[in-house]
Amino acid sequence: MSTERLPISVLRQRFFPGRWDLVAFVLVLGALAFLAHAALSLTHPLSRLTPESISLSPWALPDYAAQTALRMLVAMLASLVFTFTYATLAAKSRRAAAVLIPLLDILQSVPILGFSFTIVFFLSLTPGHAAGAEMAAVFLVFTSQAWNMAFSFYHSLCSIPAELDEAARAFHLGPWMRFWRLEVPFAMPALIWNMMMSMSGGWFFVVAAEAISVGNTTVTLPGIGSYIARAIAARDLGAIGWAVVAMTLVILIYDQVIFRPLIASADWFRLEQEARLSPTRPWALTLMRRSRLLSFGGNAFSGLMRLGFNRRFVPQRPRHAGPRGGRFGDVLWFAGVAALAGFVIWRTGRYILAHVTPLQVLHVVGLGGLTLVRVLVLIALASVIWVPIGVYIGLRPRLAAALQPVAQFLAAFPANLLFPVVVSVIVSYKLDPNIWLSPLMILGTQWYILFNVIAGASSLSSELREVGSNFRVRGWLWWRRIALPAIFPFYVTGAITAAGGSWNASIVAEVANWGHHHLVAEGLGAYIAQATAAGSFARTVLGIAVMSAIVVTLNRVLWRPLYARAERKYRIS
Amino acid sequence: MNANPQIQAEPLLQVQSVGKSFWKPDGDEVVVLQDVSLTLRRGEIVGLLGRSGSGKSTLLRLIAGLDVPTQGAVRYLGAPVRGPAAGIAMVFQGFALFPWLTVLGNVQLGLEAMRMPEAEMRKRSLEAIDLIGLDGYESAYPRELSGGMRQRVGFARALVVHPNILLMDEPFSALDVLTAETLRTDFLELWNQGELPIGSVLLVTHNIEEAVQMCDRLLIFSTHPGRVASEIPVDLPQPRGALDPAVRALVDRVYVEMTARPRIAHADARAEPVAAARIDMPLEHVSTNLLSGLIEALSAPPYEGRADLPAIAQALHMEADDLFPVAEALQTLRLAELEGGDIRLTEAGLAFARSETDERKNLFAHQLLAHVPLAAHVRHVLDERSTHLAPKSRFLDELEDYMTEQSAEQTLRALISWGRYAEIFAYDDQRQLFSLENPA
Repeated sequence: MSTERLPISVLRQRFFPGRWDLVAFVLVLGALAFLAHAALSLTHPLSRLTPESISLSPWALPDYAAQTALRMLVAMLASLVFTFTYATLAAKSRRAAAVLIPLLDILQSVPILGFSFTIVFFLSLTPGHAAGAEMAAVFLVFTSQAWNMAFSFYHSLCSIPAELDEAARAFHLGPWMRFWRLEVPFAMPALIWNMMMSMSGGWFFVVAAEAISVGNTTVTLPGIGSYIARAIAARDLGAIGWAVVAMTLVILIYDQVIFRPLIASADWFRLEQEARLSPTRPWALTLMRRSRLLSFGGNAFSGLMRLGFNRRFVPQRPRHAGPRGGRFGDVLWFAGVAALAGFVIWRTGRYILAHVTPLQVLHVVGLGGLTLVRVLVLIALASVIWVPIGVYIGLRPRLAAALQPVAQFLAAFPANLLFPVVVSVIVSYKLDPNIWLSPLMILGTQWYILFNVIAGASSLSSELREVGSNFRVRGWLWWRRIALPAIFPFYVTGAITAAGGSWNASIVAEVANWGHHHLVAEGLGAYIAQATAAGSFARTVLGIAVMSAIVVTLNRVLWRPLYARAERKYRIS
Repeated sequence: MNANPQIQAEPLLQVQSVGKSFWKPDGDEVVVLQDVSLTLRRGEIVGLLGRSGSGKSTLLRLIAGLDVPTQGAVRYLGAPVRGPAAGIAMVFQGFALFPWLTVLGNVQLGLEAMRMPEAEMRKRSLEAIDLIGLDGYESAYPRELSGGMRQRVGFARALVVHPNILLMDEPFSALDVLTAETLRTDFLELWNQGELPIGSVLLVTHNIEEAVQMCDRLLIFSTHPGRVASEIPVDLPQPRGALDPAVRALVDRVYVEMTARPRIAHADARAEPVAAARIDMPLEHVSTNLLSGLIEALSAPPYEGRADLPAIAQALHMEADDLFPVAEALQTLRLAELEGGDIRLTEAGLAFARSETDERKNLFAHQLLAHVPLAAHVRHVLDERSTHLAPKSRFLDELEDYMTEQSAEQTLRALISWGRYAEIFAYDDQRQLFSLENPA
């Protein structure tokens, strides 16, 4: 076909390397070399992974940091694959959804380190090699990231606008093309936001997952987490300082290279012009757009995908809206599911009761109550502190623009890196761990409250604020009538995230070491941590079950109604 | 007579006694379309006109293969339609463009799905873009375009597959008057010059002027359930100016046809002796400000209580579909009567026009309780109960025996708004509760 009829805007230019290509070339090459290095380490024998193999020299840190970052990346990719398959299945099949969605809800409430006993399983996959341990660590991080991403994708799939759905069907898009042209782009903004949240949580758990012992099995993977564990054992505060610096840099790089461009491109997928998340174009996105090397790779990828568009799948039939057929099938399906669930509960219950007495169960529930009190008190305290500060910042646009990324960074920063600093203070002043270990639970998660409140306060329209000053609404009345209602939906979102994170953190926070000092705060988190360390499967499962039950109940009884109320009453539509 | 010379006898599309019902969870049937038949031949534009709820959009979706009829059959080129058929393309009311694809990407969408080679795909897309006047916008994203330009993309996307049948679902209704007019004229010009690669067009609209200007034939739908009430051929030469007397006469005639139907339906309902059966009258929410406004306009000169519908629609800058619900609400409340394309205030309506706020409210309350059985019913239930409280769900459940969930919700919303104005009951949305006390 002749090219002169092509408008300038679609004419593809010939490949000629430019300035941005040089940057891209260096980045791509570096990434490849590093991946090769990391892949090689997978074949190392397991016996080399001892705590003693970790060097406390700051010069070892870049390598450790890179390995930690790579684990995060692999876990994120795994989470994406899981999201695309699991959520799609749930959205396409009513029967599958009836099982998959409640299951997701439960999985989401299981404390992440509760999955740590799977380490034994992964190690058995590759006996004697580091690969199994790596898989275990990645899996743990995966469990901290995947669920909310899958939830968000599922919700997006269920809320595709009717007209876009009809357009896709009327123009004969096959399932594969529909997925890439309609469903994924539509879900993108929400998914990217959830990926960011997942990443924030993930750093915490990758640090915790690198140095872990289950019963007699101790795994120490080279990474920042193991470095910290070694530093704690050696009571080396200087090394901990270096680790904090390294982690900060890694998170900043991730933010710049992955999330800034992702957020900027998320704006693109929005249906209508809404408030933009990123005002300026990040350099990494410019790099991707400008570099012909990278866009060549992108084109190759989209060409590959388009091959799939041409596949003829089963043509999509309109769903029959007549009286529901397949009632019998439904009954059969749900009876089967119920039977399976009943069987699993019965077996688990029997297994637990064979190793644990009912009195102990009661004791664990009591411990759950203790941790619950900690979580609620800490959330209340954090709210009292951060809500006024967040409102103050949010109402000043310049301040908000400057501090919002800081708050987001603090939320992403794995607070467990700072634990040793606090613990060393507790040890040296001989403070009561039952009280003073508690703040660790919220150290990393309180920021969710702060940045959500900032977002809420900045969204308060200037008109409403002017009404406030026009009628001279001041003081407590101003808070009650204007500020608090305006931030309420945002605050609830932040509090839910913070509470969820605190439950997870309790397993790491209620038990702490400093050299040979061993601090324990009585609570469910400590119980699970100790049971895992002792390799007691029954006690671990019991602890996890109780924690899941409490979290699910709390969600149903407190958070969900609060959120629904916030949505209904305070949303300005 | 018709501007398009290629009309042939062979029908492109046959809709044969098609019906469409929905089933509610409890197994009750809600009929949306009943016994609709129509034939579409090559080279004609057929308009489907009707009020909201007349099922005309549903019919369009049945033809597009996006939904299946519960009775009868849709035949395209002699074969029954099962799923979206190749050769039938659709233009959507809300444009339905993919915001993450460029103009070119959106236009190419249907061809991509057809497995067309890249070069040919691009050539055809650019032709369509050219034809529809989108030159230079190929790499723009929909959000960068105005509403009119967006709908042009919608048109190009449909044209590019060279459809035998182009389905248009109120394609101009999301645009402002001026833009809609431009797009309409551009489309008609291309159509009349035979430049569009389309066999024929089926247009759903509620804009009477638009239907008369564009179509060779009009099918007028009645509501509840939707069916074809009448067919009007439009044998006027193109182009048809909006002020042309022949066009105006036809517009008037369509108004008469469209207002004639509901009045007969109401007469039927009045004849029914059972009070309970009349609670099912669906209400459309019309603000009391609009009701008062129309009453005041009608009572003032030059109308003095009686007006021609097209004339007053024009005077008030309202489209037919904006005016009808208001006029019908007035009729439901017996504040006005519709007759032969005219609207006339009743005694109550004239009294309302003369009154002050409080008196108006009393009068409105009286009309509401007397002529809207649901209002009387809600009030009765509240009076009967010792607590004078009743949850919204109670009435919702009752209504859902007669109508869809959505329409029940809408009816209650209308009732709540009118009831609040009339102060015949109070409603607390937080607790979803009807009561007799107003908050202190």
